[in-house]
Amino acid sequence: MNIHQWLELALYLGALILVTKPLGLYLGRVFDANGRTWLDPLVRPLEKLTYWIFRVDPAKEQGWKQYTFAMLTFSLVSLLFTYTILRLQNFLPLNPQNFPALSEHLAFNTAVSFTTNTNWQSYAGESTMSYLSQMVALTIHNFFSAAVGMAVAAALVRGIARHTAQTIGNFWVDVTRITYYLLLPLCLVFAIFLVSQGMIQNFKPYTSAKLIESQTISVQKNDANGKPIVDARGNPVMENQTLDTQTIVQGPMASQVAIKMLGTNGGGYANANAAHPFENPTPLSNFLQMLALLCIGSAMTYHLGRETKNQKHGWSVWSAMFAMCLAGILICWWAEARGNPQHQQLGIAAADGNMEGKEVRFGIMNSALFATVTTDASCGAVNSMHDSFTPLGGLVPLFNIQTGEVIFGGVGAGLYGMLIFVVLTVFIAGLMVGRTPEYLGKKIESYDVKMVLLASVILAFVILGFTAWASVSDWGKSSLANQGPHGLSEILYAYTSGAGNNGSAFAGLNANTPWYDTTLGIAMLLGRFGMIIPLLALAGSLARKKIIPASAGTFSVSGVTFVVLLVGTILLIGALTFLPALALGPIVEHLLMLKGNLF
Amino acid sequence: MKNLFAEFGRSIVATLFFAVILCGVYPLVVYGAGKLFFPHQADGSLLVDKSGAVRGSALLAQNFTGAKYFHPRPSAAGANGFDASASSGSNLGPTSTNLFAAMAQRISDYRAENNLATNTPVPADAVTASASGLDPHITPANAELQIPRVAKARGISEDKLRELVRQNTSGRDLGLFGEPRVNVMTLNFALDQK
Repeated sequence: MNIHQWLELALYLGALILVTKPLGLYLGRVFDANGRTWLDPLVRPLEKLTYWIFRVDPAKEQGWKQYTFAMLTFSLVSLLFTYTILRLQNFLPLNPQNFPALSEHLAFNTAVSFTTNTNWQSYAGESTMSYLSQMVALTIHNFFSAAVGMAVAAALVRGIARHTAQTIGNFWVDVTRITYYLLLPLCLVFAIFLVSQGMIQNFKPYTSAKLIESQTISVQKNDANGKPIVDARGNPVMENQTLDTQTIVQGPMASQVAIKMLGTNGGGYANANAAHPFENPTPLSNFLQMLALLCIGSAMTYHLGRETKNQKHGWSVWSAMFAMCLAGILICWWAEARGNPQHQQLGIAAADGNMEGKEVRFGIMNSALFATVTTDASCGAVNSMHDSFTPLGGLVPLFNIQTGEVIFGGVGAGLYGMLIFVVLTVFIAGLMVGRTPEYLGKKIESYDVKMVLLASVILAFVILGFTAWASVSDWGKSSLANQGPHGLSEILYAYTSGAGNNGSAFAGLNANTPWYDTTLGIAMLLGRFGMIIPLLALAGSLARKKIIPASAGTFSVSGVTFVVLLVGTILLIGALTFLPALALGPIVEHLLMLKGNLF
Repeated sequence: MKNLFAEFGRSIVATLFFAVILCGVYPLVVYGAGKLFFPHQADGSLLVDKSGAVRGSALLAQNFTGAKYFHPRPSAAGANGFDASASSGSNLGPTSTNLFAAMAQRISDYRAENNLATNTPVPADAVTASASGLDPHITPANAELQIPRVAKARGISEDKLRELVRQNTSGRDLGLFGEPRVNVMTLNFALDQK
């Protein structure tokens, strides 16, 4: 934890604060169907053409039911589009490595995963996906799922800001404007910058390189039929072979990675994700990728404040997020810098920290920072392997997802997730003083609280239910890479990541089995749409309400008291729900590690 | 009912139309810009020797085991490590016996190779598998401990070698970002090209 690292952390947080207001203001123009931006001369004609092709009247808004229906059909159709491409990959062009089609369960899991902005990956990208699958089947959802998430958040904010209104916006207009005015222009610039840092963007077949020093490797000896030969004791016979080539991955990576980070998708082009030297070549590319994944989530709070004409409320929500983000970063960084006492006993320099599963160019601080912010947001890209983190270092990302990813959160998803807790906080505060809870001049009634609770229990239900099932089933346990409490953490992390639509993993778990692919697919669908639908219903309900003027007894939704109460609510609900599971996983593992128990 | 069909039709049209723009035009523009401005990077920062053969990428580690070369970090990519088409970390957790045993072995190997006393602390990066399995970098401390071995095997002075190591060392990006690091790939490549 040296001065350079503190300085870099300060720079990161400073940059995040600086972009919040300007980007928040810009978001307001994007979400407004008549908003003007400096991109208008270029993009406006394309926008008009798009509405004409879609047969959408941009002036006509939708009620919450119509909005939800459009969102669901669009998600379903694009999901099937991706599933089809993945299943037919071997017949389609741009497949220079001749990868076969994906199995039914893997294609289902992957299509669901990208549609729900999860980007959980049961496969290794560079040995599974053709260029067409990466560039079309997967990248399209990096854009769509981000745009849909932001559209839902924009609609919910409209619901809060409006009164006695029947409509909450037009889904098609929202998705089109978010894509054209925000995501696409930012991605173009970002992708080209990433190429300058060393990220690949080409359509060449994989390159075969002649090793600088050829290597002798030991491989299993096979007989003429390709079966392994065994000796008298049943052990496979090994033989030495000379290895003198390395196959280097190529493909259209930069265009996909730009939206992967900006849209908080997180699905890697390569298996090692943002740890792969092509996918995150320099510390500078790393810094901007981390900023990209959090900036929109942060700016959404400014948009909330501006739309509801209560900028203090926006900054209060932001402060709650920021406080939890900083706490997570410091805990994770401290745990990783402290390292593993068992390994230090063997003779590793203690000052180096836990470097297993981390890259030298990022070091401990950037790895811990990335792990924390990628799970604060629903991004799930990784620049280090969370499975190899110390128990407490790995607890931070796990807990971040279990809060519902409301610490800035995914694009859109973070804000609408946070608003669940805001309404709950207002409700609890109302109960404490015995008044009807109000939120920004609207009475929070039984229907609203029901919708909020529905959206919040789904996460706990899905995560704990599936984890319990998997950890007592043979199909669950046979996929583990680690034994002991770390094995439970692997399963818990998988369903947490799926239901929370994060997508990062304790990647030792072999999840590409029919059981895991299918159950994780279901977890992702429930985690996404089980949350969005009640929230759109809430948006519709809030939009219809009348404004009641604030009185002396109104609970203020800004200021320190509110922030403390909001953070308290999040921690309380998170702790009550997940503490028992966390105690059996990472917490007990931490104690065993200190004692020297290995598995 | 009519509305239902209209929304489905619209979803199909929208998926296809956006696919053309977001999955066709956009990646091609990035491809064109890459080709124009950063062709070396866009093609994988390949290392090409005097005969014109591709020997690797400056960004992806290969294995080096001989005394004449600087050794990269351990790799869990592919069955034999350093498989640039199968990037991966070990994913072994902090209480794994397999990891513990592997680390003990690597530490004693590292000390033996580099002729170090048995109580010398070993740089963590030298004995831990990287996240990608393809990390081309080692820490300057790790490189320093390997200099005597490589200098002896190549019959060149340690000072000369140290200068070459320095040329293949990057500081923090813009003086601010990341960690100082030595690129094993470009360093070993340069050693052979001498």
